[in-house]
Amino acid sequence: MKIAERMKCAIQVSMTMCKRCVLLAMRNLDALFAGFAQPVLLMILFVYVFGSSIDVGVANYTNYIVPGVILQCIGQCSTITAISINNDLKKGIIDRFRSMPISKSSVLTGHALAAIVRNIITTALVIGVAFLIGFRPTANLEHWLLAIGILLLYITAITWLSIIFGLISSSAESAQMIAVITIMLPYLSSGFVKTESMPTALRVFSENQPLTPIIEAMRSSLMNTSTDGNLLIAILWCVGIFVISYVVAVKIFERKVAK
Amino acid sequence: MNQMEMIISVSSLEKSFKGLKVLKGVDFTLNRGSIFALLGSNGAGKTTIVNILSTLLKPDGGKVKICGYDVVRQGMKVREHISLTGQYAALDEVLTGRENLRMIASLLHLPHGAQKTEELLSNFDLLDAGDRRVSTYSGGMRRRLDLAMSLMGSPSVIFLDEPTTGLDPQSRFVMWKIVKSLANAGTTIFLTTQYLDEAEQLADHVAILNDGIIAAKGTPDELKKRMPNGTVELVFNSEIDMEKAYSLLIEYQISKNEEMLTINIITDGSVEQLSDILNHLNRSDVSVSSFTQKLPTLEDVFLALIDEKQEECNQ
Repeated sequence: MKIAERMKCAIQVSMTMCKRCVLLAMRNLDALFAGFAQPVLLMILFVYVFGSSIDVGVANYTNYIVPGVILQCIGQCSTITAISINNDLKKGIIDRFRSMPISKSSVLTGHALAAIVRNIITTALVIGVAFLIGFRPTANLEHWLLAIGILLLYITAITWLSIIFGLISSSAESAQMIAVITIMLPYLSSGFVKTESMPTALRVFSENQPLTPIIEAMRSSLMNTSTDGNLLIAILWCVGIFVISYVVAVKIFERKVAK
Repeated sequence: MNQMEMIISVSSLEKSFKGLKVLKGVDFTLNRGSIFALLGSNGAGKTTIVNILSTLLKPDGGKVKICGYDVVRQGMKVREHISLTGQYAALDEVLTGRENLRMIASLLHLPHGAQKTEELLSNFDLLDAGDRRVSTYSGGMRRRLDLAMSLMGSPSVIFLDEPTTGLDPQSRFVMWKIVKSLANAGTTIFLTTQYLDEAEQLADHVAILNDGIIAAKGTPDELKKRMPNGTVELVFNSEIDMEKAYSLLIEYQISKNEEMLTINIITDGSVEQLSDILNHLNRSDVSVSSFTQKLPTLEDVFLALIDEKQEECNQ
């Protein structure tokens, strides 16, 4: 009974923190818009400008790049998370939270939950636009759920990674450095071109970096083809990044605020 | 409830930052329902004490108990009884005043949070501004909202770290009124300030923090008895005159400002002593261009305390 009550309180605190972060993001619509507009413009650019000269072995190039574009959208959103954590640390409000009878890490959990909400909204919008310009997935319900599952795992992992960036950066400008990883990596994967067309060094890198199996697994499930071994590798990468980032983020946060 | 019940006790509190000892054994106690002012100059360690007492910072040594709970081992219990209003406004700029208050209510699981929010907005004269973003508030309004947020959980002890620094005189006066009414309602108030008049206005107990220890403590009246009654500032036309006067008056508690060509002398406030000083200078042909009598300031108190200590050392 007592434990149940405590759990209820902890959930309420995290939800309140989440609501706070969502409200903060809503008051900064420009950033939210950029998180959606940038990947959409990029997708349009790739489909209509480069698409005809890129050979990926499938007729519908839009189908091919949607997973990579979505990952970039998540990358763009991760900068908002990193910046908002960094801003919070510099303000007195964090001291107020810490002097209240609530769990210290609930601030981080709130940011993470809000980031996941933001990501889901912008990703849904990107997928919506993709449909308008010719995205035609052939997945059945089961495969859709699988693709969405991978997506949620990736969002969670990247969110906690961006929290680390927000915590360790000395300013909001340097917190944005997360983008170097989350926005650049999709380019160096099988997201936009086949890895076979890359120079050897790059190909070795891109075939072994986490985003390639994640993109491949998502693409296969959306197109209703076999995910082969990619699914397991994708899940392992996401869970691994999430667990390590979570532990490191909480540690850094505790050290940072306990001066 | 026992009027003299001890609510905060601090003994031998120590804290260093990067090898530099900021607190070197601080001791004091506070009774329930009192207003306690911790005085000290910038960098004396006032905020460090507040941070340790509000569980934000771990002490290196010593013992701190609030409401019977140890701040290190029973932090969560302590946090249930206290509230902190720090030096920097702890609120979300892009949210409205009402949203800020409701958020705190929700974090504290208050059953009637919405009602309490309206109550606080009205008590702190923020009802009209309730739906405006905090970024549009004036400095005084921010402080009031900040304090209102601290009161959401009806804490037994509230820490106010320099509550009026940077406020205009009118907002300062409003803040004083709020603090007094809080104490009347039974809340124990621990405030830090650099202003002697603030401590005099508000506090029933004062402690002066200097060089990492409590240099003096007591009621404002008790402390004033230990203080010099006034300072006289002499202004000179030339550095030569100033230096000459400095050597002539060396038996007084005295300090000089070479840039401004002034000398500050601590006196007992009597006309006799002042005329003695001026006559003395006159006889030695030192011309004084003007003089002003100043009310005792915190610096004077420090100067007096430091002198006392040096004398103790010399004996």
